[in-house]
Amino acid sequence: METLSYRHKAQERAAGSKSLAIIGVVASGNLEVLVERVLPDTECRIDINTAAEGFGAVWEAVVADFVERRSPGGLKLSINDGGARPDTVALRLAQAVRLIEEDDQ
Amino acid sequence: MNISKSEAPAVPIVVNRKIVSWYEASARQRVRLMLDAGSFHEFIGPEQREESPHLQVFDLPTQFDDGIITGRGRIAGAPVFVAAQEGRFMGGAFGEVHGAKLTGLLRAARDTKSVPVLILFDTGGVRLQEANAGELAIAEIMRALIEARMAGVKIVGLIGGRAGCYGGGGLIAGCCSALAVSEQGRISVSGPEVIETNRGVEEFDSRDRALVWRTMGGKHRRLLGGAEAFVDDTVESFRNIALHLIDAVSGFGPDVLKAEQACLEQRLQRFGLCADAVDIWKAEGVADTEAVPAMAAADFNDLANKAREPRYDAR
Repeated sequence: METLSYRHKAQERAAGSKSLAIIGVVASGNLEVLVERVLPDTECRIDINTAAEGFGAVWEAVVADFVERRSPGGLKLSINDGGARPDTVALRLAQAVRLIEEDDQ
Repeated sequence: MNISKSEAPAVPIVVNRKIVSWYEASARQRVRLMLDAGSFHEFIGPEQREESPHLQVFDLPTQFDDGIITGRGRIAGAPVFVAAQEGRFMGGAFGEVHGAKLTGLLRAARDTKSVPVLILFDTGGVRLQEANAGELAIAEIMRALIEARMAGVKIVGLIGGRAGCYGGGGLIAGCCSALAVSEQGRISVSGPEVIETNRGVEEFDSRDRALVWRTMGGKHRRLLGGAEAFVDDTVESFRNIALHLIDAVSGFGPDVLKAEQACLEQRLQRFGLCADAVDIWKAEGVADTEAVPAMAAADFNDLANKAREPRYDAR
């Protein structure tokens, strides 16, 4: 297992008022993303626990791209990864932010 | 292309439970769509990070909820406790934390003496990496389940996930007040590969999918009397049958256990010499046994009700 952690400055605060969302399942080629609204509005933090070791550079690129596209200010994202491909990771990160931005039912 | 947030459609996405496949849905989707909208409150949610303490020893990834979601909510306005296993995380297998969450839920239900419990099984059995803790968890869950039933709680098992309901999960299911199963659901203790490994391919060919389904699948369990209800693979069907079973099943006491024992003795007497599930269907009076596997749920239920009325006083 390998743990990675990234901190970014986000352009703006993520929309919505939900404090918590979770998406995905830890399985082969899949991952779960837990997103919590616990940080100051312009900060973003991503903690990763991954089964696939030695892909730090790829994670760094995917995470930087995600922060630039979604501006997830105020969010802490925690990831349990079962060896997902970068496109799956990008998809789950986007889903997680969309989920926390949605209004409650 | 840049779409600003104000241009995004404000229409909420309505998910139709009638067409959402139970098999395809995640455990979280099943819980959310089966209960009344917005009524679910999770116990020990993923944010509490009660993960398995054992998996890291094997260098395996953990999941924040350890593969089971527990909580309370409402179904058609009435309070209910719910536990849902995620069959895609380690095959929905029981570990120490996973099991403890279900035990705790059942004890909470016992203390209410009335609020029913829905267990959405999706499991291959005990997690091998934490086998001792998992086996202990199965025993604790069965004890908690029986204690809850003795206190007056009805416990309904719903089975239709990709992992089926195997190993200790099959034992726990056997202790429930009632079970509903879909075509995709399978209920057994030893799985196909386990039987083949231990007894040889002549005993059970695990690659023969037709054999697996007619021996462990939902239709066979309904015809045999092991499951009270057979349902379509939709969230709506499982919701409706859960409501029906909560209402229909009787209480629990020594007479129920005696009736169950009599049921099992009768089953052994009638079907003990059958070599294949099809022989049992024939003995149950099913004329065209070859048509059974392809039958739609409504047609199959007509046939099953003729062969064997569902009974709710014993399994």
